[in-house]
Amino acid sequence: MASLTVRNLKKTFGSVPVLKGIDLEVKTGEFVVLVGPSGCGKSTLLAMIAGLESVTEGEIKIGERVVNMVPPKDRDIAMVFQSYALYPTMTVRGNITFGMESRGVPKPKRDEAVARVSELLRIESLLDRKPSQLSGGQRQRVAMGRALVRDPALFLFDEPLSNLDAKLRVEMRTEIKKLYQRLGKTTIYVTHDQVEAMTLASRIAVMHQGMLQQFAEPRTVYDRPANMFVASFMGSPSMNFLPAQITDSNPATVELVGNDGPPIRLPLADRAAKSGSGRQVILGIRPENLTSYDRRQVEETPYLASIEAPVEVVEPTGAETMVIVRIAGNEVIGRFEHNASPTVGEPVKLAVDMAKACLFDPETQMLI
Amino acid sequence: MADATTYDPLRTAGTWGRRAKIIVYALLTLFALVYLLPFSVVVLNSFRDLGDISRNGLIGLPHSFSLDYWVQAWCKFCVGGTCEGIQPFFYNSVAMVVPATIISTAIGAINGYILSKWRFPGSEVLFGIMTLGVFMPGQMVLLPWAQVLGFLGLTNSTPGLVLIHCVQGLSFTTLFCRNYYVNIPDDLIKAARIDGAGFWRIFRKVVLPLSPPIIIVTVIWQFTNIWNEFLFAFIFSSGTHQPITVALIALSGGGTAVHQYNVESAAVLIGALPPLLIYLFGGRYFLRGLTQGALKN
Repeated sequence: MASLTVRNLKKTFGSVPVLKGIDLEVKTGEFVVLVGPSGCGKSTLLAMIAGLESVTEGEIKIGERVVNMVPPKDRDIAMVFQSYALYPTMTVRGNITFGMESRGVPKPKRDEAVARVSELLRIESLLDRKPSQLSGGQRQRVAMGRALVRDPALFLFDEPLSNLDAKLRVEMRTEIKKLYQRLGKTTIYVTHDQVEAMTLASRIAVMHQGMLQQFAEPRTVYDRPANMFVASFMGSPSMNFLPAQITDSNPATVELVGNDGPPIRLPLADRAAKSGSGRQVILGIRPENLTSYDRRQVEETPYLASIEAPVEVVEPTGAETMVIVRIAGNEVIGRFEHNASPTVGEPVKLAVDMAKACLFDPETQMLI
Repeated sequence: MADATTYDPLRTAGTWGRRAKIIVYALLTLFALVYLLPFSVVVLNSFRDLGDISRNGLIGLPHSFSLDYWVQAWCKFCVGGTCEGIQPFFYNSVAMVVPATIISTAIGAINGYILSKWRFPGSEVLFGIMTLGVFMPGQMVLLPWAQVLGFLGLTNSTPGLVLIHCVQGLSFTTLFCRNYYVNIPDDLIKAARIDGAGFWRIFRKVVLPLSPPIIIVTVIWQFTNIWNEFLFAFIFSSGTHQPITVALIALSGGGTAVHQYNVESAAVLIGALPPLLIYLFGGRYFLRGLTQGALKN
């Protein structure tokens, strides 16, 4: 096991820059998820760590060793591919032992390793089958078995779950988490699914347009997103954005911009209030912080404000009900209890948890 | 919507569909007969005695039957001064076609592997240039080949023809293999690289086991073409070094006596037998290999 250091890593394909200077410091035993929309460069970054893509500029270190010019087989890594990349003509056993055979591991040792891994992943009964005879979930297990059978410095996962159906994906996600908790190996995991990122990661690296947007614990990424991209990418439904202006500094409030009726003012929590009166901001509120109004709660909780808005759409999902309202000209989504049933067209009273609100600079889109 | 897997353009409802079907099958049968007719004439003549042929014409049902002409054609008939039938020339062809097929297929497979899985700057251009060879007429390269063979001291020899056919066949074998290997997912190669396998090990353990369909196609193609090839064989070999295609001409052009139609027919059939057998046994793989989209994982 080892740490991973990526320093000012750049990659261009022809004249197209794909990675524009990535810095990443992964500690030994950490599970880091690279997440971002397609085309953000996350898979390229992983391929460069694996040695499958060359480095244009910058440095990759596994442990204390710079591996820029080291071929993949000598980097001491194991990788799970999105397509699983199982060798179609080999049995499951052959797939799992291929790497050890290539490295000249003697047969008794290989058999021992296969036995250990197949027990761990519960694929003992599949060992003599060909990949074409396996279901998607089983292939996924075999692909992980192939990676786990060695004891590499680094595990790399390239969107390993995206070829599975929704139910199986959730199951395998839990399974990967269990495996990680049990083995504690340094892992780099690429996904475009923010739920996978939140559930699995010790730290999340959010990427966009070849740049690292934020690299922090899941909680921080979710609660204090570094910029509006991270804020909207992480979380479903997305964070609501409302243009606003800071009005008073004592007690500080923001007034929503673009409202026809009487001004809507919301209290600001301490840390956001410091940025000064008159400043234009974007107010970011997650749907779960925009809930049905409860008078006692609002009176007792600091920074819990109320707001009234007409209901446009009601979307029950079973566990909860999404309510889309119009506030100051913006469509805003709130998360209500499953039994809440506001009437479409009628105004509804909402509670806004301003303690959890984020303020962004409209120019730079950065968190204030 | 029709079920795509069982869709049959002729299986339409009503009598019209049935009538169309009858017409199509009648036409197909007619064409099949037209194609088979010359072949059956040759087959029949190889069993008829000369008197029968001259009395009843070249095209006609046999009134006599003997296997003797096959024996004569194989090992007794006099061709160009020696009376050993076409047997030695048959062996010449075998000695030429087997190594040429194996070598050109092997190199084609390696070329295809490199051009699809180990691309380098300019590899696409190189592939484009190699493919041009497919369209190059053989006459164009006769003189260069004459010089090369002379330089290497391989004039009028079976190794010389092997060399020519290996090089001339590379365009095709490379094209076939490269286009097949392109469909093998790159992830397999990447996985194998991470697994510690090198260039040759990946080729042997991952790519070759996936290759039988295209190898069969390439072998059939090369075997048939090299066996049937006449131009190079005619120009670059003479006397006892001739492959069977050229010897057959010598056999029919004996000139002195009457045409031995029966023996000539038998000889021609012997000459046509190997590609025919290859196609009969490998034909279905040939079609499958050409139409198959490599593999589904």
